[in-house]
Amino acid sequence: MSLTYHLQVVNLLAALLLLISFAMLSQRRIVGLVTLFAWQGAALAVSTALVGWSTGQHHLYYSAALTLALKVIAMPWFFYRLVKKLDVGRDVEPMINIPTTMLIGIVLVIFAFNLALPISQMSGTVTRSTLGIAMATVLLAFLMMITRSKAIPQVIGFLAMENGLFFAATSATYGMPLVVEMGVALDVLVGVFVLGIFFFQIRETFDSLDLKHMEKLKER
Amino acid sequence: MEIYWLLGIPLAGGTFLALWGNRRNAPEINVLFSLLTLVAAGVLTARIVAEGPIVVGDDWFFIDSFNVFLVALTAFVAFTTSLFSRPYMRIEKEHGRLTDKRLRLYHSSYQIFIAAMLLALTTNNMGILWVSMEAATLATVLLVSLYRTPASLEAAWKYFILCGVGIAQALFGTILLYFAAEKVLGSGGTALLWTHLNAVKDQLEPTVLQLAFVFLLVGYGTKVGLAPLHNWLPDAHAEGPTPVSAVLSGLLLNVALYAVMRSKVLVDGALGTEMAGSLMMGFGLLSVVVAAFLIKRQTDVKRMFAYSSIEHMGLVTFAFGMGGAVASFAGLLHMTMHSLTKSAIFFAVGHATQSAGTQLMDGIRGLIKTNPTIGWGLMLGTVAILGVPPFGVFASEFLIITTAMHEHPWATPFLLIALGVAFASIFGKVQPMVFGETELPKLPYQPALAPVFIHLGLVLMLGLFIPPYLALWYRQAAALLGG
Repeated sequence: MSLTYHLQVVNLLAALLLLISFAMLSQRRIVGLVTLFAWQGAALAVSTALVGWSTGQHHLYYSAALTLALKVIAMPWFFYRLVKKLDVGRDVEPMINIPTTMLIGIVLVIFAFNLALPISQMSGTVTRSTLGIAMATVLLAFLMMITRSKAIPQVIGFLAMENGLFFAATSATYGMPLVVEMGVALDVLVGVFVLGIFFFQIRETFDSLDLKHMEKLKER
Repeated sequence: MEIYWLLGIPLAGGTFLALWGNRRNAPEINVLFSLLTLVAAGVLTARIVAEGPIVVGDDWFFIDSFNVFLVALTAFVAFTTSLFSRPYMRIEKEHGRLTDKRLRLYHSSYQIFIAAMLLALTTNNMGILWVSMEAATLATVLLVSLYRTPASLEAAWKYFILCGVGIAQALFGTILLYFAAEKVLGSGGTALLWTHLNAVKDQLEPTVLQLAFVFLLVGYGTKVGLAPLHNWLPDAHAEGPTPVSAVLSGLLLNVALYAVMRSKVLVDGALGTEMAGSLMMGFGLLSVVVAAFLIKRQTDVKRMFAYSSIEHMGLVTFAFGMGGAVASFAGLLHMTMHSLTKSAIFFAVGHATQSAGTQLMDGIRGLIKTNPTIGWGLMLGTVAILGVPPFGVFASEFLIITTAMHEHPWATPFLLIALGVAFASIFGKVQPMVFGETELPKLPYQPALAPVFIHLGLVLMLGLFIPPYLALWYRQAAALLGG
């Protein structure tokens, strides 16, 4: 009884995750994007902890705590500061045609569910039905990276992709071994830090964080 | 025990140089740490040669003849590159392209990059392999943008994003691998250990592993620079400082290919089909052809040699894809030859661009008159990489092509045409750089060319005569790859 109840909450959170991915796809303002990213991290952390609780996989608590600390607190805080320092908070991104992007997104979700079907049938976890959502989150984040031309949204897209992969690991196998998860988290943390430095270099050189200026290196 | 020294020394070096890297003698300290790493690698290699494969540190590290050969190669090229970078980076600083602070970043990142690659090579855990590959990328992102020019920033951004997305695919592949492994080995830390996986590889779920390999190949293949995922590579090589180009091209690509090969062994065992090999052959062949035709259009000397790296990594991938004792042997030999030759070429090119003040090939002329040693270094290196006998590249390319003729005759025309095009374009462009008419000034300082001639000497030696113990070693490693 209680397991099905928990699972319903996990499914609800998974749906929320997907919803946030779509919201990110259509969010033009950078500050709003950071907030959405924090919410996505929160949904991920809660669902990971809940899966850990209901299945007795206690190592998932550590991953949930890691997600909470990094993706809900540290990184959004870092991004808010960065946005403030670089003074790009009010930047509005001129995006081509949000409805079209959304439609492509829906196609991607259907594709993701089909891709996940054979794997989730083989999986023995109770959360296997959410694997499709995890894959959809990865693909939507990828779509977001493609459609954005500014540096910070691209990085947030990259991190959202990592969220999706993390969720995939939880739903298919109750999470990777803890060492690996810690290693991945460390890499992501260092990566964000390196990019923070990098943003300032870009800004110093180009006077803008718009990647449109960075299209010189091409094969002619 | 040696393994902790091997990983600890560059890590300590990175930390030390991060704190005190702005001292005047930082380049010498960098050389010292690289030398110590080389010594540790030598001791480890001696032990593996004497005792055979070992698993140490609570199953955390696994070293056999395949990866110890790459460990030795990595430590060696890292050491010679540090020798080259000592005067080279000093001069870059005198030219005002770098400051003390950036040199500190450079030296520290260099050591951490080496540490990350050595960890990727020696770890037994497929998850940690992923983590250290990503760490190696992160360590070099700020090195590519070291000059802070618009082009270098763009190159570094491309490098980060494309390799980041690529390696995210590899993470998904690793998750799938764990998913299959967990059913057989049970959940927990041991299910991603390569030695454990290798023992039960025939019980792993074939469909999942098939999917996992596709993701792993695409993911790590991005870092190998396989076409059509190679876009980051020429930019990163051309815009970063030359020592960084040398280690990226000579070492990082090998380590990424190593990751693919470790996965391939598992997948082959689970599937019992040629699927993994055929995929690798396809990607490899495409890379060789695409790179050869792009070489023709290059005007920047470092970009041109970067495309040549794609070509050669494609050739190695193709050889490993064919599998079998001879092809794997040739692939390993070619990996070694390419690392040594390509880094030697980058050393020579570095000094040539310093004397000409440009990387454009039109601006570099007549090196043999003004700076004969650089000219000779570049010419001999080019001749070697193009596979002219008696250099070692000829031996490995010859083996790869004859095996291809034997087993996959359809591929031979593509390979031969691509190699021919690459030969004509590279030789045609390097020839005037070395022998043309010139008004270029002589370099006002002594170039650091000892590493160039050491590398080329080794390549020549291995082309003429492979010592029996080395041949045995390569054969053992080839056998591990399913030869």
